[in-house]
Amino acid sequence: MVITNKKSYIKQTTDYNTKLQKKLWYKGSKAQRLEHIVHGIFLLLGLITVGCVLLITIYLFISGIPAILKIGIVDFLFGKEWASTAAEPKYGILPFILTSIYGTAGAVAIGVPVGFMTSVYLSKYASPKVKSAMQSAVGLLAGIPSVVYGLVGMLVLVPGIRKIFNVPDGAGLLAAIIVLAIMILPSIIKMSVTALDAVPKEYEHASLALGATPTETYFRVSVPAAKSGIAAAVVLGVGRAIGEAMAVMMVAGNVPNMPDSLFQSVRFLTTAVSSEMAYSNGLQRQALFSIALVLFLFIMLINAALNFFLKGEGSKSN
Amino acid sequence: MKQPLSKKRKIYEVLMKALMLLAVGLTAALVLFLLVYVIVKGVPNITWELLSTKPSYLTGRIGILPDILNTLYIVIATLVIVLPLGVGAAIYLTEYASNQRIVSIIEYAAEILSGIPSIIYGLVGMLLFSNNMGTCLMAGALTLVIMNLPTIMRTTQESLKTVPRSYREGAFGLGAGKWRVVRTVVLPGCVDGVITGCILSVGRILGESAALLFTAGFAHAVNGIIEGLASPGATLTVALYVYAKEQGEFGVAFAIAAILMVLTILINFATTTVQKKFAKKRS
Amino acid sequence: MNSIISVKDMCLWYGDHQALKNLNVEIPEKSITALIGPSGCGKSTFLKTLNRMNDLIPGVRITGDIRYKGADIFDKEVDVSNLRKEIGMVFQNPNPFPMSIYNNVAYGPRTHGITNKVQLDEIVERALRDAAIWDEVKDRLKKNALGISGGQQQRLCIARALAVQPTVLLMDEPTSALDPISTSRIEELILELKEKYTIVIVTHNMQQAVRVSDYTAFFLLGELVEFGRTEDIFSQPMDKRTEDYITGRFG
Repeated sequence: MVITNKKSYIKQTTDYNTKLQKKLWYKGSKAQRLEHIVHGIFLLLGLITVGCVLLITIYLFISGIPAILKIGIVDFLFGKEWASTAAEPKYGILPFILTSIYGTAGAVAIGVPVGFMTSVYLSKYASPKVKSAMQSAVGLLAGIPSVVYGLVGMLVLVPGIRKIFNVPDGAGLLAAIIVLAIMILPSIIKMSVTALDAVPKEYEHASLALGATPTETYFRVSVPAAKSGIAAAVVLGVGRAIGEAMAVMMVAGNVPNMPDSLFQSVRFLTTAVSSEMAYSNGLQRQALFSIALVLFLFIMLINAALNFFLKGEGSKSN
Repeated sequence: MKQPLSKKRKIYEVLMKALMLLAVGLTAALVLFLLVYVIVKGVPNITWELLSTKPSYLTGRIGILPDILNTLYIVIATLVIVLPLGVGAAIYLTEYASNQRIVSIIEYAAEILSGIPSIIYGLVGMLLFSNNMGTCLMAGALTLVIMNLPTIMRTTQESLKTVPRSYREGAFGLGAGKWRVVRTVVLPGCVDGVITGCILSVGRILGESAALLFTAGFAHAVNGIIEGLASPGATLTVALYVYAKEQGEFGVAFAIAAILMVLTILINFATTTVQKKFAKKRS
Repeated sequence: MNSIISVKDMCLWYGDHQALKNLNVEIPEKSITALIGPSGCGKSTFLKTLNRMNDLIPGVRITGDIRYKGADIFDKEVDVSNLRKEIGMVFQNPNPFPMSIYNNVAYGPRTHGITNKVQLDEIVERALRDAAIWDEVKDRLKKNALGISGGQQQRLCIARALAVQPTVLLMDEPTSALDPISTSRIEELILELKEKYTIVIVTHNMQQAVRVSDYTAFFLLGELVEFGRTEDIFSQPMDKRTEDYITGRFG
């Protein structure tokens, strides 16, 4: 309800020339068209990522499916022998799948405890100076190209393993596991430190006020509070380990054996693709694409897991 | 009222602290070792001849000039292509998109892209680009464009979010159309994000090998940039791999490794500097 | 007195929440209208509807009719860009662009297609003079606008708004972020601007409404409770709620 005070002071508008107004400030079609075009261009640019994902997925399926069909999905996935250049070629990729799984599991088994303990220390104990120095060190670790890891692995790790364990060749699963463990360290540390830093100080104060020691507080209050972030860090590490190719190529020996022992010379899913791609043809080449497809599916699974943990983190902070 | 801790708690305390120190010590020692080892093994092998010549089978000489140039070309080509794409995508997401569904689909796609291993990029790049235009640096650069798109997008998006709403309102209030607002008020505000993205991308390109092996090849010829992009060539990282794994030239490999190590340190330093400036500006 | 903007049965929703209820008002030309009321009463929202700045907020729905000089501002054919050129806006917090003082003022004219340097110089000077800041900044037109004081920034923003030669100027609590001295300078300026422009000003400060405005509209909970001459509203309000508010009983 509007009460207009006393009498109306204001005349209603009727005496303006509407036609003139139309000319003056109604739509200029040229400017409008430009806006539409620009909007369209930006929409296209925005959709490029979606296009790339679709393109990659479609290409991998199109080029990966034929060989699987020809070889037979069971023979392909569960065949224990890969002999692509033999007179009677065999295309079983179980050795690669198991190697990738074992290698990743081994890397996680070593890398996660070290990374986790380092993160707790950096987030909760370290002085700002130590923390920032260590963070740049970890940043460096993350930035070192994988071929450099491979190179140092070839010249330090491989001979080292040969001597220490007295085996004929040090290049194999163990060397790959150690290199991967080092390579996933930075992802784990970076993400866990972020998660631990984000734990509200109030939680910790409450625990300390109850008489818990700082160490008990950090491990029993802060760590559980940051658990989805830490879990995401582990999953991220798994993704990096399973996708790494070059460093592994340089230290794993690269023979398509079943990973029966730590010193076995082995091939990962990634290196199976890269080691034969240069000279492959026919069904062999198609089979390499199929391996890539399998690897891609593994990665998508890991991505979904990562998303799940990160969503958990997000909903908690809200 | 200080009560001594029970024995069990004391052990826990000491054990956990020891484990943490061990882990930190291990990590620190690892970084230090890698740094010192690579520098010590590599620096003596870096000679002017190595840096300024190309390899010659006749004289048995190895030079990495072509690899340095190739790296430079591929960095330039990748950035020139990925910048407009990534910045444009970020602008779409923060300024234009009104449909939340589309935004989350695009962001999810970017997340997937950043999780795909480089060997798969190499394969797809080979199918998409090299099979159509031949194995060449350009094919490698295009592959790297897809890989680096999410990085540029994310850093640009982050800095776009720091451009105050009031700037946009002010411009709209003067009757500026959306495109003018974006061009004159929003874009200048995201320069630091774009720079951060560029530095991160350069780091990633320098370190990349698996994606380039089958797309850009591994030739060592000295070319101009146009010719270079059209012909196959190894970047420093690929050259390192080839020299170490296939030719056993560890001296050259370590020289390249030392160069890459120094570049990595510089890039990390540049990133933190830019980000610090960025944070200061924001506050 | 003619009305320049007439609002009929206007309602506004943010999603499901109705923020403005059935507003009817005529804004008189070449005079100053103050919108008062407690925070959250919808006065700023109403102000931003007048030049369709609310278009920028997702989920806003408006019904009813607003006419500027007799023309429907929500007409599909209306170019908001031209509408906002006619109905300019000054915001609560000074928001100069991070560019030079000159470029700030020239932004609007350039937006509307003026590129001639001589013409731009002229417009910029006139706008800065009209906003009573010319003498303070004439020697540093090329300096970044973020380097001047808050009060100067706000007058610069007024100059920026004037540079597109609007007919109506909407001001959203233009002095709430400023000190008393800057505030009184801006108030003087507003009174001078009345000669050429129609001004609608949202204010929290009732003394300010009394000092500068000719008409006052009192908003409460999304309703326009009362509208009239400022002297009448403050001396003999018709509605009990208006009286309670202006005598400081709530808000």
